[in-house]
Amino acid sequence: MKFGVVQFPGSNCDFDTFHVLRNVMKRPTVLLWHKDHDLQGVDCVVLPGGFSYGDYLRSGAIARFSPLMQEVKAFARKGGHVLGICNGFQILLELGLLPGAMIRNKNLKFLCQHVHVRIENEKTDFTRAGRKGRVLRIPIAHFDGNYYAPARVLKDIERHRQVVFRYCDAKGNITEEANVNGSLGNIAGIRNRTGNVLGLMPHPERASEVLLGSEDGRTIFESLILSLERNKPARRPRQPGKGRP
Amino acid sequence: MIDKKTLDQHGLTEDEYGLIVGLLGREPNLTELGIFSVMWSEHCGYKSSRVHLKKLPIEGKHVVQGPGENAGILDIGGGQVIVFKIESHNHPSFIEPYQGAATGVGGILRDIFTMGARPIAVLDSLRFGPPDDPKNRSVMEGVVSGISGYGNSIGVPTVGGEVYFNACYNLNPLVNVFCLGLADKDKIFYAKAEGAGNKVLYVGAKTGRDGIHGATMASAEFGKETEHKRPNVQVGDPFKEKLLLEACLEVMDRGLIVGIQDMGAAGLTCSTTEMAAKGGMGIVVDLDKVPQREAGMTPYEILLSESQERMLIVAAPEKVAAVQDVFAKWDLDAPVIGEVVEGGRARISFKGEVVVDIPVDAVVNLCPAYTRPSRAPAVSSETTALPPLLLPLDYNETFLQLLSSPTIADKEWVFRQYDHMVQVNTVFLPGADATLLRIKGSRKAVAVSLDGNSLYTRLDPKTGAKIAVAEACRNLACIGARPIGVTNCLNFGNPEKPEVMWQFEQVVDGMAEACRTFGIPVTGGNVSFYNDTEGLSIHPTPVLGIVGILDDIRKAVSPGFKAAGDVVVLIGENREELGGSEYLRVVHNLEAGAPPSIDLEREKRHQEFCLDAIEAGLVRSAHDLSEGGLAVALAECVFHGRRKLGCSVALEDSIRPDTLLFGEAQSRILVTCRRKDLDRLRELARETGVPARSIGETGGTEIAVGHRGRELLRLPVEKAFRAWKDALPNLFKVRT
Repeated sequence: MKFGVVQFPGSNCDFDTFHVLRNVMKRPTVLLWHKDHDLQGVDCVVLPGGFSYGDYLRSGAIARFSPLMQEVKAFARKGGHVLGICNGFQILLELGLLPGAMIRNKNLKFLCQHVHVRIENEKTDFTRAGRKGRVLRIPIAHFDGNYYAPARVLKDIERHRQVVFRYCDAKGNITEEANVNGSLGNIAGIRNRTGNVLGLMPHPERASEVLLGSEDGRTIFESLILSLERNKPARRPRQPGKGRP
Repeated sequence: MIDKKTLDQHGLTEDEYGLIVGLLGREPNLTELGIFSVMWSEHCGYKSSRVHLKKLPIEGKHVVQGPGENAGILDIGGGQVIVFKIESHNHPSFIEPYQGAATGVGGILRDIFTMGARPIAVLDSLRFGPPDDPKNRSVMEGVVSGISGYGNSIGVPTVGGEVYFNACYNLNPLVNVFCLGLADKDKIFYAKAEGAGNKVLYVGAKTGRDGIHGATMASAEFGKETEHKRPNVQVGDPFKEKLLLEACLEVMDRGLIVGIQDMGAAGLTCSTTEMAAKGGMGIVVDLDKVPQREAGMTPYEILLSESQERMLIVAAPEKVAAVQDVFAKWDLDAPVIGEVVEGGRARISFKGEVVVDIPVDAVVNLCPAYTRPSRAPAVSSETTALPPLLLPLDYNETFLQLLSSPTIADKEWVFRQYDHMVQVNTVFLPGADATLLRIKGSRKAVAVSLDGNSLYTRLDPKTGAKIAVAEACRNLACIGARPIGVTNCLNFGNPEKPEVMWQFEQVVDGMAEACRTFGIPVTGGNVSFYNDTEGLSIHPTPVLGIVGILDDIRKAVSPGFKAAGDVVVLIGENREELGGSEYLRVVHNLEAGAPPSIDLEREKRHQEFCLDAIEAGLVRSAHDLSEGGLAVALAECVFHGRRKLGCSVALEDSIRPDTLLFGEAQSRILVTCRRKDLDRLRELARETGVPARSIGETGGTEIAVGHRGRELLRLPVEKAFRAWKDALPNLFKVRT
């Protein structure tokens, strides 16, 4: 399968995500430019972390209008897989592909630290390599990661089992202390109702190599590969040198 | 036309003015005077420091570029180089903490990427007044948010650094920012304007009225009127800088340009004249083509503005369109504003009229250098002998007091506001002895340590400077990295005071000696004088940024204890030395005594031994002993371990128990090894003549230290941990 990592002006985890997908997960990966309309035939679009357009307005509020995002929206509507990480998650919320919104962290400070999240729903294309209740140790790095949705919407996403990850302690207990940014329902990641779009605040690409202290983030990428390669004929060998390093 | 008052406003003396008239062969106009004023300021011209800085060693086998460029460059093999530098942003950070610190980050990043390197790490050395004062807290919150706001947005990790507190920084906080970049050796760029007929392009943000005379401001003492200087501080736009970074790296990578220089201090003036001077050429500039943020700016303002996120590029005429295409891709303008010409003069026009016509060499290279008078400060009893001191009644209490003192306490409150993981290279999280960054696609890693203890340099500047170098190298040795080069930021008071000048000379001498002993060249740095407010000078504060390499990252060692039952080994000797310690400052409220002694040759042997033992795979954890001495070092090894294993230690030295626990004798490292490896470690120590003895073992849930059969310390790990961990967050809790 082929991944595409979108580059907005101000994206800053684009190269990290690209590095992990290509060099660690060893899958063909291309960078997609925000001004283009071409998704280059990718099987999964990844919206990386960063500060798209500086995020001086509201995180992700401008990125949603970029030309490529209109294609991504159409791609998702047709069932294409889209993964939004951190700023990517914020953009998906602004775009309306996922419900809810992000507000400032409860302590009103940027937070960069390892957190634990529990897999709430293992029957998604983004988590099938894990199991329900498994605790992943993955870093967060954000200012606006405090998930909010009106009570009615929240009820709705719970009913449809759209919550995929919740902040928890090391043992998997959902506690207020573990809810570092103050998200409603300890929500760290949600999917859309059809299950092909996922947004999460933690950075799985920062937890994909033993050297960096955790490999737990690979679960998400492995799940996607499992899901998307299952029904495909044997892969062609990847073409080295495609895209920028 | 130019009177004494105007000269004073420009920070120039009458002698300097005479020199300018001589060089020009006529009186300068006001715009030209403004140019000389910034270029010949202490900040840009190093006029008080230059004669002394020549004493520093600059040669070494890794050196690709020494002092004199935007940053130093060292070869790390495999066709790659690291580009690094440290710079101060002290004055702006006091006047406007958020923007001062933010633009400090922005400025140093441009110094690195202007050379063709992608910045991969930022570290900060911060000094504030005690945080129990709300004013100091507010400065600190502003500075930390500024670094966080700028660095996080642009996507360069802030991976570490240090934070110290001392009342001498009450009205004069220090913000020193270090940046490290990575480049291909064959793609390094310099700030040179070469080739007559080549075009000069202006790229990045528009020019506004902000930051006019920032460099001159940084070259004078502050009085009570500092609030009025707020308009001299620039405002940063990290998003613009991110675009600029990507676009600049792209034109450099594609070989589209001849030379490039950032517009930092003294803005357009500095970049145009420096590029011309370095290329041995002249330059013509049309100010009407300079993108301006507001109407009605005078040539004086356009030339001296320090608006951020701007660069100057020189490119061959046939490449101009391609360069402009790249900038357009990143939504940035890149107008041609001038041309490189023969003749060595800068001719700048505005509305069709030549407003500046000066020889670039005079502006850039002929700034006078002064050997200012220096005098050792009057010896005070306070700085020499220690009064008789009572021993603590309860060592556990004293220990907790030290662990929760702001300088020693955990700094996570600061570090977690910084994105320290972006770029996925950060192997050790902030708080380890040194920062460790992997180099993707190789087994190699780069290590960085920032260090400087101003209590020591205040009491004995020369010894303090030697210790700063030694300790930064020791930090690297503890993780298994060999030092290869150094940059420094020298923060001092007013150099016109002979006592300050004496401190400066002593520090440079001490640094030079230590760098020679360790065989590490100085590749550049920054001097920040005039850190005086209302007549009070800060302690002399040299901050050393030392970089090292590890050939095999798998051998890197972190400070935390790894497993129960490991042997705790002390490399080096405990000594009856208490002067200048945090213990004295925090517990006895004394900044007194002689700082710890240092024998550089011995220090080097101890570090070599640590490195050899790590190389041989004998060491499971290593941590340097510094502020707070042996007891605090033990606690840090406990706290940094993933399982927070306790330890039990017994000591037999016949010295005062408080000195033994909290004294800061140099050249000491705590390591742990597996019990089965102890004999080999001892054997290696004997061969090299390095004292290394087993003092205890890891395990349990307590930190326990005994001395000659008497129990000095026994504390539950959790209690000690909370004292250390919660101290800063508690200080910054919202008060009602």
